[in-house]
Amino acid sequence: MKLSQDQVKKVANLANLTLTSEEEDKYADQLSDVLSYIDQLNLVDTKSAEPTFNVTDLSNVLADDEITPSLEQDAVLQNASAKKDGFFVTKGVFENE
Amino acid sequence: MNKYETVIGLEVHVELNTKSKMFCRCSVDYFGAKPNTHTCPVCLGLPGALPYINKQAIEDCMEIGLALNCEISNLSRFERKNYFYPDLAKGYQISQYRWPLCINGWLEVENEKGEKVVIRINRAHQEEDTGKLTHSNGETLIDYNRSSVPLVEVVTEPDFRDTAEVRDYAKKLQQLFRYLGVSNADMERGDMRLEANVSVRLEGTKELPSYRVELKNINSFRFMVAAIEYEVKRQIEALEKGEKLVQETRGWDENKKQTFVQRVKEEANDYRYFPDPDLPVLEFTSAEVGQMKNDLPELPWEKLERFVEDYEISLNNAKILTEERISADLFEEAIKQGLEKQIKPQQIANFIVNQKIKLDSEEDIASILESIANKKVDMIEDESELIRLVQEAITENKDSADAYKSGKLGALNVILGSVMKKSNGKVNADKIRQLLEDNLK
Repeated sequence: MKLSQDQVKKVANLANLTLTSEEEDKYADQLSDVLSYIDQLNLVDTKSAEPTFNVTDLSNVLADDEITPSLEQDAVLQNASAKKDGFFVTKGVFENE
Repeated sequence: MNKYETVIGLEVHVELNTKSKMFCRCSVDYFGAKPNTHTCPVCLGLPGALPYINKQAIEDCMEIGLALNCEISNLSRFERKNYFYPDLAKGYQISQYRWPLCINGWLEVENEKGEKVVIRINRAHQEEDTGKLTHSNGETLIDYNRSSVPLVEVVTEPDFRDTAEVRDYAKKLQQLFRYLGVSNADMERGDMRLEANVSVRLEGTKELPSYRVELKNINSFRFMVAAIEYEVKRQIEALEKGEKLVQETRGWDENKKQTFVQRVKEEANDYRYFPDPDLPVLEFTSAEVGQMKNDLPELPWEKLERFVEDYEISLNNAKILTEERISADLFEEAIKQGLEKQIKPQQIANFIVNQKIKLDSEEDIASILESIANKKVDMIEDESELIRLVQEAITENKDSADAYKSGKLGALNVILGSVMKKSNGKVNADKIRQLLEDNLK
């Protein structure tokens, strides 16, 4: 299984990474190796197996709607690389879900 | 020109008024609070923090779904919607995608001709709100107080054909949220948000158009309707000119009265949804769901129908009286108390509607009943009708009219009495006296 450079670009974009074209080549090879390795799982017949989304097998674990205290603003912001008037600050971003 | 048909689908987001957040127990009472004072490791997405589902929010979401005739899924799960944007610190929003809580509902609305049409509801699912971003001077300020506040999204099929249907639907949903007591559904505050997907197609076509324009960030019913109407016109004009329309997001500029491009979607979003391994599934038996459906309060449209039927009041009056649950309840209480005083439901309804009374406490009832008892009811208010009665009485009592004109002021009472008799007392005597004086000058 060989990833194309376009696919690598797409994955990089989704991960918010900027790659040089050398890196794209390099990761295309590396990621292809990883995928081939993982591909071995396809040797197992899983037709009758349900996907495991949770390992706990629990259901309906619900919490009552009661307030508990939040963190102090200082504590919340203590590791922020930039802050202002109680806000976290990032460089400008535009609507781009 | 070709004939076109409008195709609209709506997405409504509503913030629930639970006490605590969706997946942690921080307070949701963030409005006006200092930034980042209602957060914890869970809603800040700190490593290792584990989300915990808010029971009340799930019940609220199910109530909304049931009220909208949805089925409740036997099994539903939360998934992670992955995207890079700092409005959520985790790098994903916990939402529902393949296993939503409520599916396949419908709601009846009125179109512009006053006909009833059914809007299919694809789903009502539970998710979390995002933090609030403020953009200024090339920087973005982030406040995570709103991050993870419970949010329900109600998505329709593209069944709307005109803006009357859209308006009716949105109003009904707002009314429903308030009746159920699950949200204040205030548009301006952002408790309730509308998004419309708008496109047009040649009349008679069955397939959905190849594009759709998403109208977003519009915070009033009126602006949404204006934006849709503008879009339909713009799109038809473009198609008639042979232009190709594209998938894009547009906002509404109220000053220019037009929509404007916010974002062009070049490729489909790739959110890489996958089940959230931190959150156990939700499962409900049909008995539990049945019980919940039974426990729903009377819905606004049910109340409307019952009022018209049981109290024989006009549809218009019933609409006004059922707008809010509290005033509807007080109206019914007034009917009960009115019966003891031989006051009819119709009299109470007319009085409240005509006098534009806002019922919000028990005390209002007593004063309304008293006014009706004293003042007589079903008063003739129409000015031209009153003038007609007055002039008729003057003609029929010519002698008294002449006597009055010559200075015998007491003669006016004769004519006044005649008007009272003609109208079966359904007029305000002071008002008639005034009209008589004006007419006999």
